[in-house]
Amino acid sequence: MNLTLKIWRQKNANDKGGLVDYKVNDVSPDMSFLEMLDVLNEDLINKGEEPIAFDHDCREGICGMCSLYINGEAHGPDRGVTTCQLHMRMFKDGDTIYIEPFRAAAFPVIKDLVVDRTSMDRIQHAGGFISVNTSGNTIDANAIPINKHDADTAFDAATCIGCGACVASCKNSSAMLFVSAKVSQFALLPQGKIEATDRVLNMVKQMDEEGFGNCTNTGACEVECPKGISLENIARMNREYLKASLKG
Amino acid sequence: MALDSKIPKGPIADKWTNYKNNINLVNPANKRNIDVIVVGTGLAGGSAAATLAELGYNVKAFCFQDSPRRAHSIAAQGGINAAKNYQGDGDSTYRLFYDTVKGGDYRSREANVYRLAEVSANIIDQCVAQGVPFAREYGGLLDNRSFGGVLVSRTFYAAGQTGQQLLLGAYSAMNRQIGRGKIKMYNRHEMLDVVVVDGKARGIITRNLITGEIERHSAHAVVLGTGGYGNVFFLSTNAMGSNVTAAWKAHKRGAYFANPCYTQIHPTCIPVSGDHQSKLTLMSESLRNDGRIWVPKHMKDVEAIRTGKLKPKDLKEEDRDYYLERRYPAFGNLVPRDVASRAAKERCDAGFGVNATGEAVFLDFAAAIQRYGKETAHVRGLDENDAALVKTLGQEVIKNKYGNLFQMYEKIVDQDPYNTPMMIYPAVHYTMGGIWVDYNLMTTVPGLYCIGEANFSDHGANRLGASALMQGLADGYFVLPYTIGDYLADDIRTGTIPTDSKEFDAAEKDVRDQINHLISNNGTHSVDHFHKKLGKIMWNKVGMARNVQGLTEAIQEIKELRAEFWKDVKVPGTNEEYNEELAKAGRVADFLELGELFAKDALHREESCGGHFREDAVELDGEQKGEAKRDDENFAYVAAWEYKGEPNDAVLHKEDLEFKDIELKQRSYK
Repeated sequence: MNLTLKIWRQKNANDKGGLVDYKVNDVSPDMSFLEMLDVLNEDLINKGEEPIAFDHDCREGICGMCSLYINGEAHGPDRGVTTCQLHMRMFKDGDTIYIEPFRAAAFPVIKDLVVDRTSMDRIQHAGGFISVNTSGNTIDANAIPINKHDADTAFDAATCIGCGACVASCKNSSAMLFVSAKVSQFALLPQGKIEATDRVLNMVKQMDEEGFGNCTNTGACEVECPKGISLENIARMNREYLKASLKG
Repeated sequence: MALDSKIPKGPIADKWTNYKNNINLVNPANKRNIDVIVVGTGLAGGSAAATLAELGYNVKAFCFQDSPRRAHSIAAQGGINAAKNYQGDGDSTYRLFYDTVKGGDYRSREANVYRLAEVSANIIDQCVAQGVPFAREYGGLLDNRSFGGVLVSRTFYAAGQTGQQLLLGAYSAMNRQIGRGKIKMYNRHEMLDVVVVDGKARGIITRNLITGEIERHSAHAVVLGTGGYGNVFFLSTNAMGSNVTAAWKAHKRGAYFANPCYTQIHPTCIPVSGDHQSKLTLMSESLRNDGRIWVPKHMKDVEAIRTGKLKPKDLKEEDRDYYLERRYPAFGNLVPRDVASRAAKERCDAGFGVNATGEAVFLDFAAAIQRYGKETAHVRGLDENDAALVKTLGQEVIKNKYGNLFQMYEKIVDQDPYNTPMMIYPAVHYTMGGIWVDYNLMTTVPGLYCIGEANFSDHGANRLGASALMQGLADGYFVLPYTIGDYLADDIRTGTIPTDSKEFDAAEKDVRDQINHLISNNGTHSVDHFHKKLGKIMWNKVGMARNVQGLTEAIQEIKELRAEFWKDVKVPGTNEEYNEELAKAGRVADFLELGELFAKDALHREESCGGHFREDAVELDGEQKGEAKRDDENFAYVAAWEYKGEPNDAVLHKEDLEFKDIELKQRSYK
């Protein structure tokens, strides 16, 4: 198939940036979206133009490095996948595709489609851990039985890949789904309960300082999340936050 | 220089304990005066950085990704081995040790492997304490599954995302130390050289991938946890950015490179679909717990399936060849990876491949869906003879176990693996070879350590499934933090290492010269053009089956391709900006050198062992006819190569492998 791409080009963080049109021809439906961009880039390099910068690494939907806002949706039109797992069979011949970076005040553009998401890391530095040293001198793993349902729910929350699609999809640029996934994982496990109060307070504080917006329950994050992280996590975090605030 | 593996004396079961009792320690106050650089933030690098920081060292950690959480350990699927014997099925430290040495085809170092098995149980305790959500049974205890090449269930897992959960565990341990200021994290930084001062590794040169700035970082010791070099094949299951550059630069500064030809070709990957392909996707080995591998018995059925006239699920049971079950009745579908891969290649070479390219076999879950469906119906008191119900129930069980893998398959291939068998084919996955290290995990450069996949030590010529995660975390959490202290004890009075020395000047100049050359080369072909060409040579001539002629040709062809690359590569843009093509060019330049050494190593090893299969070294008769033939008399050693300029000039050093606790014999999975 033949496609028209309207791609955001921005030289660096200080550049204003804008959409530029490109044509790609003979795209195979079996290509992934990023492989289609590889073909375009190869073509640009051969023509002496500068290739389009975009983040990507594992290309199997787990590292969370790829992003892209495609036709107004984070990770594009398919559900439950990252951009690297989006395949061209989702598009049809003659389509025009808009490709933009994830946009949020807390995600400044580095170049073209590459953004800086270290704000999310800094939230994790503030409390996304259990304070146990890695000495190996812990109790036997089976000394802490955990209800299977809780373990599975904690796992579901822990499958967040930290890509930032929730932030990019939210009209408030809120990172609540991302933060609540980590808060929930630990809140559901006995090992995490000990520091629950400090954890949620510190992570939310850092989230606010980074310039992420608030949650107004539109649910766009859950719809666009490539890993299906549930809104329930936000509710759980709110409960944890309330409990922690009352404790002071 | 003679290779000294520094294996402690004494019985194998006491070595590690005795060693720990007798090494030098650094007191907590002095640790504050010592800096350690850790390059790479996967399971090995991430766990090492966190642990060293907890101990009190000042850690600087580096990764090329935008966050340490994205290192490629994240993509490991199936699980992590540990000799917990929770299932009471006869597991023990010795058995894990034995399985690993045997699985590695008797080409690993006994003492290292025993230590790995010894600390394995502790890893699970540690990870659970950190909040890693492993799969559990209804009673609340941890669940296990089986992996290839073993007869026990010792693999702990978190659905098909075990690597993700373990890495996020290590990342959270790092985050705690980053928050405390004990780790200084450098994201989007690529290491481009090691700096050796007075014979010791004292720092690195990095490039900031956002600004292009070339930076100098000093430390009292440097740790490389930079992963494997499977991307030398262009197509592999590695991440796009996975590269050999850090390890290769270390090699050029004096670290010997061991057994480069030991590469794992993983049997269950999604087949190549076309020339646009940028990478290959693994379908976890855990699927072989429940999936049965087959091709049609008769050529007419192969053709009918290829042309779509016959649906694979409609082919009668007696017309299918479950070739692994046929050839290896004891281990069946769970033979080790190298054996399974070669068996798939054998069937496809004989013309039985089931897709258009003739390079695919089936991995079929229909039997497992039936089995689980009936079991669930029985437990819930439903009708076990209701075929539709049984199928639905069975599919639910499979979805719970492997849902994310099935979804990946469906998205890539556009077929529903719940209703038709998966098509799979072997692909490059892991490299057992790597930087040579002694028992302390130190390379031949004092103060330069190498951990995880980047080193060579634990998996011999073939790695068993679920052992990579085990090794990465064992090295980082439990081994290196001890062994590095023994070395650093001499550095408590050294003070900060200055970065204005002539050694730093020289290393930075080398880095800048290479970048300037690449940027101003103005050739006619992109970096990928050369990388793909290299990959083709490697796959066709240094891949799953190797012979003298092919390897000799490969050495020559890679050499020529390298010359062409330096003359004709085209890198757009400048150094002083975000420039992925420039980063890629540096990596491919190093792959073009490594590839030649790889082929040279494969040519010199005139035996078949593990992932290294030589067509001129096979059993000619008897029960093992057609199987790989090892030559213990002449090749029971580690081949450690010393850099001397051109890859072809590398000098071979041998570390003889002694087997005192395991009898050296032919691997049989029959």
